[in-house]
Amino acid sequence: MSKKPAVAPAPRSSVRKTYKLYIGGAFPRSESGRSYPVTAPSGEFIANAAQASRKDARDAVRAARAAQPGWAKATAYNRGQILYRIAEMLEERRDQFAHQIAEVEGLELDAAHAQVDAAIDRWVWYAGWSDKLSQVLGAANSVAGPYWNISSPEPTGVVALLAPATPTLLGLTSVIAPAIVGGNAVVAVAPDACGLPAVTLGEVMATSDLPGGVVNILTGSTAELAPWLASHLDVNALDLAGVEAGSELARDLEVAAAENLKRVVRPSAGYDWEADPGLSRVKPFLETKTVWHPIGI
Amino acid sequence: MSIFEYAPAPESRSVVDLKPAYGLFIDGAFVDGSAGSFKSVNPATEEVLAEVAMGDASDVDRAVAAARRAYDEVWSRLPGRERAKYIFRIARLIQERARELAVLESLDNGKPIRESRDVDVPLAAAHFFYYAGWADKLPYANLGPDPKPLGVAGQVIPWNFPLLMLAWKVAPALACGNTVVLKPAETTPLTALLFAEICQQADLPPGVVNIVTGAGATGAAVVGHPGVDKVAFTGSTEVGRLIAKQVAGTAKKVTLELGGKAANLVFDDAPLEQAVEGIVDGIFFNQGHVCCAGSRLLVQESVAEEVVDRLRERMKTLRVGDPLDKNTDIGAINSAEQLAKIQTLSEAGEAEGATRWSPPCELPERGFFFAPTIFTGVSQAHRIAREEIFGPVLSVLTFRTPAEAVEKANNTAYGLSAGVWTDKGSRILWLAQRMRAGVVWANTFNRFDPTSPFGGYKESGYGREGGRHGLEAYLDV
Repeated sequence: MSKKPAVAPAPRSSVRKTYKLYIGGAFPRSESGRSYPVTAPSGEFIANAAQASRKDARDAVRAARAAQPGWAKATAYNRGQILYRIAEMLEERRDQFAHQIAEVEGLELDAAHAQVDAAIDRWVWYAGWSDKLSQVLGAANSVAGPYWNISSPEPTGVVALLAPATPTLLGLTSVIAPAIVGGNAVVAVAPDACGLPAVTLGEVMATSDLPGGVVNILTGSTAELAPWLASHLDVNALDLAGVEAGSELARDLEVAAAENLKRVVRPSAGYDWEADPGLSRVKPFLETKTVWHPIGI
Repeated sequence: MSIFEYAPAPESRSVVDLKPAYGLFIDGAFVDGSAGSFKSVNPATEEVLAEVAMGDASDVDRAVAAARRAYDEVWSRLPGRERAKYIFRIARLIQERARELAVLESLDNGKPIRESRDVDVPLAAAHFFYYAGWADKLPYANLGPDPKPLGVAGQVIPWNFPLLMLAWKVAPALACGNTVVLKPAETTPLTALLFAEICQQADLPPGVVNIVTGAGATGAAVVGHPGVDKVAFTGSTEVGRLIAKQVAGTAKKVTLELGGKAANLVFDDAPLEQAVEGIVDGIFFNQGHVCCAGSRLLVQESVAEEVVDRLRERMKTLRVGDPLDKNTDIGAINSAEQLAKIQTLSEAGEAEGATRWSPPCELPERGFFFAPTIFTGVSQAHRIAREEIFGPVLSVLTFRTPAEAVEKANNTAYGLSAGVWTDKGSRILWLAQRMRAGVVWANTFNRFDPTSPFGGYKESGYGREGGRHGLEAYLDV
């Protein structure tokens, strides 16, 4: 019987995550087979992210359209519970996000933690809005006549969101949460390095009882994807948050969006993502429906 | 004779860990009371569930002092979004401990487990969830430019929905930045004490919620305490009147949610099968221990006979008995005292000439039970048409025209709720305009939601609880 030679155990290599897209509740690679390297501000390679294509964008819109009616039909209470659940899941992954954000944004860990905290609180803020929007934005109208007349907000449908490059998690949260709280489904473009926290946020959503397709995340280039979304006739609204204010791209996208009269939120220069957002990103994605009914014996 | 024989399907009570004795919950800890103790009894079996501390004026004083300290030093200084997190935690803990709360509620109150499990506890959690969301959104409530909390709220709640009424009171108070001293009903203190434990698990700062158990005198001490800025009471009109007098001349803000004698109007074009379900739910839900119960059924004459016939058939299928049995429709009357009141008024109904009917049903030998009962041939002058019975007793009256229906429906000192059954939408709205009642249900009854304001006209009290409107009761606006 031969004796095995004593060797030092080999150092363990880590298992790295593959970053993919988040479409229809699943995590597919880009149909184009493309990816792009995400690097730290120092230039150091972090990971490859899937580079979404025009076809991915169209798939995402289809997934959003399919999911939207069910999401809108869910009770406001239920939607609020799910948004709150996202906050709970984020809180549990607080350190994971902080490290990831610190890496991709080149932030100190404390600053990254502060951003995660702000994002979690923002989810809670919007969770609380779900069953209050109609109370704050709706009205019983005193029309002159024997009619009952009431106005209430309803979701506009599918919203395309161009998330800002930074702050990554807070920026994404600040565009996604206000759009979905009222019952819309979204396709969010997470540009460049934002792609990594975006996909991790997708994993949070996939485990928070959010129905697949309500939020779809495309990583890659805003310049490449935005024109397809802006001109897509099955998209009802467009948030240009991640486009430079006053730029030619912003104008072109708004022109494209005009074709089917998308509701457009224009970018604003120097927007403060940490400030109280109020309802500024909720209202643009809501329609007002007014119902009349006669009163009489 | 029933079509189906049911096998008993009792919910296990092992999920509830009852302590032999409970103290008061003051400043985040359970402490002894100064006035001895009283027993909380299971009304379905008459067994003693636990000894509960009797709080007196000195205990109330301690509780108010703790609440004031917590208000000044912690709660009123927290930003809304941080308050919200505690309230969200409470909502989640209620959801997590739902089964335990439901069983305990049925044990202590006598209500069917089906109701405590499917109505009381989920609604209580939803209420905390809803108001948690308001904590950082008060400036959006359209109540004034700079809404501020009032201070210490003194809250006295009834025995018919012990945990749910606690939620109605505590959730908006905390969301608006107030601290509370709550007095649960004498016969149903146990879920409030379990709620105190939930406050501990949520790490709610000590003194933000204080619970002083006891009887009427304890409640009066809470209401009368000079350190209380806001009084919220749910209970009888009789006590509500006393409270209104007690706080007269003070700066205390008051909301009163009192009795009712709701009219449930059935028109000849109503979907009758649905209407009968609504009538049953309206009066027999929670043994009729519901301030907004549809206790006066007003039926259009042309369909009166048919409606009453169908109602009798439906009542024959109601199962009265063990509250913990999942098949039970009508549980135990909450106390011997309440049972006596229901009996007295029912006897008065017979004596005054109305016709009494109950389905054949065997009542348990022990415990406080009362068969579902309807009176026909009731006139508006009868005591059973005027006084709140607060039991499973329905008075049936008739009408011919919509105008007569309105006249009769409003012919009461109360004005909490009303029901309308008709297929015609415009008639629903016409009637709703004319009902002197705070809530009008159309083709449904006894619907509750945290987003929907609730409260009465006339002697059913003032102020609203629930919804955006419910915030105003707890804000200086």
